[in-house]
Amino acid sequence: MSYVDYLVRRAIHSVPVIFGLSVLIFLISRVIPGDPVRLALGPEATEQQVATLRAEMGLDQPLPMQYADWLFGVVQGDWGMSLRTNNNVFSDIVARLPATLELTVVTLFFAVLLAIPFGVVAGTNKDRWQDHLSRITALFGVSMPRFWVAIVLQIVFVVSLGLLPLSGRLSDGVAPPPAVTNLYLVDSLIAGQFGTFLDAATHLLLPTVALGLATLAQVMRLIRSDMIDEQRKDYVLAARAYGLPNTLIEYKYMLQNAFTSSLTVVGLAFGFLLGNAFLVEIVFAWPGMARYGVQAILYQDFNAIVGVTIVVGIGFVTANFVVDLLYGYLDPRVRLEEG
Amino acid sequence: MADPILEVKNLHVHFETHDGTAEVINGIDFSIDRGETAALVGETGCGKSVTVKSIMGLLPSATIPEGEIRYKGEDVLSLSDAERHSRRGKEMSMIMQDPMTSLNPVLTVGEQMMDVLKWQGRPRLSLSKLVRDALSTGAKAEHRKRAIEMLGEVEISAPERVFESYPVELSGGMRQRVLIAIALLSEPDLLIADEPGTALDVTTEAKVLDLLDELVEERDTSVLYITHDLGVAREVSDRINVMYAGEIVEQAPTVDLFANPQHPYTRGLLESIPTLSTGIGDGIEGHLPDYTNPPAGCRFADRCPHAEAACHEAYPYPRRTGPDHATACHLFDGLPARERHESLAADPVDIGTAPWLAGGGDAPGDISADGGTDQ
Repeated sequence: MSYVDYLVRRAIHSVPVIFGLSVLIFLISRVIPGDPVRLALGPEATEQQVATLRAEMGLDQPLPMQYADWLFGVVQGDWGMSLRTNNNVFSDIVARLPATLELTVVTLFFAVLLAIPFGVVAGTNKDRWQDHLSRITALFGVSMPRFWVAIVLQIVFVVSLGLLPLSGRLSDGVAPPPAVTNLYLVDSLIAGQFGTFLDAATHLLLPTVALGLATLAQVMRLIRSDMIDEQRKDYVLAARAYGLPNTLIEYKYMLQNAFTSSLTVVGLAFGFLLGNAFLVEIVFAWPGMARYGVQAILYQDFNAIVGVTIVVGIGFVTANFVVDLLYGYLDPRVRLEEG
Repeated sequence: MADPILEVKNLHVHFETHDGTAEVINGIDFSIDRGETAALVGETGCGKSVTVKSIMGLLPSATIPEGEIRYKGEDVLSLSDAERHSRRGKEMSMIMQDPMTSLNPVLTVGEQMMDVLKWQGRPRLSLSKLVRDALSTGAKAEHRKRAIEMLGEVEISAPERVFESYPVELSGGMRQRVLIAIALLSEPDLLIADEPGTALDVTTEAKVLDLLDELVEERDTSVLYITHDLGVAREVSDRINVMYAGEIVEQAPTVDLFANPQHPYTRGLLESIPTLSTGIGDGIEGHLPDYTNPPAGCRFADRCPHAEAACHEAYPYPRRTGPDHATACHLFDGLPARERHESLAADPVDIGTAPWLAGGGDAPGDISADGGTDQ
């Protein structure tokens, strides 16, 4: 079976997942306490008015019909009005999503990029100082709450050392680059504005560290233990007997095997980053979607809550799809043995 | 013994464990001549693998308190790690035992072979070499050609296809051939074969062994053959070293050993080969001794049907019992012992019509008929 077949099959597999997700989100939006009709009309409305609006909004239809209606609207970008901002929720999210995506994708990228060498070094030096150092760091990274790390970073690097900007995506007076993707790092490079790129990168640094430390620690420990498992495999002994350099055995032979099992966790980690980004976004006044979601919850802004849930859910499904693709790419057994 | 390629002298290998020091290899001596195939035979756990890994230098956790390993006259134990590394694969290589697990599952056969051609003996990954390799298509094509040629030599009928295959797409026999091809890629002078074929079915195993035999014959490669099966050792080797609990208890040319098996352990091994006439043999009662607390005397004494008080106290140094035959057993001390041995030898080892004899041409009776009487 070729890799393309594998891709197609994986893509087909995610269709029922997305369907299930949409049903779940729809049901959640219907069980959230509070009657949207009552909420819209206020306490003074008559039963007659309530019934009329209910019929207008399609809420007197059976649930499956309501679901179809709702799904149709969602697909067309009609996600309802936000009670708090009085904008269409869809356009609110579109405006804020790039900031969150930039934060989480950069965080995940660097967390995994750093976790690999640290994990390999810790795993191949089991119970030596490198391993102990990584263990202590990992314990620290996992056990410190993200918002607390964020505040400590601000105190040290912004207040005491004055090295980095306190909050936001860009400094005052720096204009956002011409919008293409609304990811400032990408847009500033497209426009060739390296000053803006640097400014955006320095703003991104502390939130990334605060958000990614736990993920880095988690992935590093996984790679470490998978590397230790790989060390005992026959193919490693064989490769040594053929006179291959240790670094080749560790970073090519063992790592590719070890990383496939860590990959699943990386997919889940992306979902967690999306969900946890709000803590960091609030501390760093990051104009992202996660902060918007938290505010929506505080204001009982149902349409916005559902909107954010949809996006996080799609993010989760997409991340896991990407992981499946990488998994099949890295491990031929996955694409060759299935089916 | 004219021109040994490998000499192992009084080799001791110890491991530190939670229960104390495990004296796994306890002073073994053997040598392999150029072009010769020597077998190291013994049951699982007797130290065969530890011995070959010590020779290859692949036991970082072990200590070697005593002994010498000379390869082409050079004491390899005194070499630096880098020097030993540069010799692995090129001077001495190894065929792994289990074809299912000894190939990297996530890389194609071709990539694994190319890696050996590209990186063998190099101390570490170097970026400059990676870049140079990526740019030079000539070297790549040459490596590819060499790898496919080698796959052809191990009688793989579609070498190009196998080159592009992942291990998971190949049968066990095919993978074993690939392992042989990789081990021979750099044309080593000494090949260590760790029970190749044991994991395969009998007919495939026989084919693989024949193939290996031809390949080393053509190249005049010396082979150290590790097996638990005396039958296989008889087929492939010129010389047999029987190992028990980290000691070599008997060594002799293959013909001699089968004509005149002396050590009670060797005889036990022969008896435990399943035969058509007597079925599955009795085997040898008991277990290997505890390496952290080995017996003071003969390590086999507890399981030996002929053991005496002296056997439990004194270490049995190898006795020369023939022109090229040595046995480490108290039964061969002095004349009375020899008489005892003769009475022992008069009780023939029935190896019946073992399957591995079918192709050998010897009548089964040959071995047991005069066992031991002419020593």
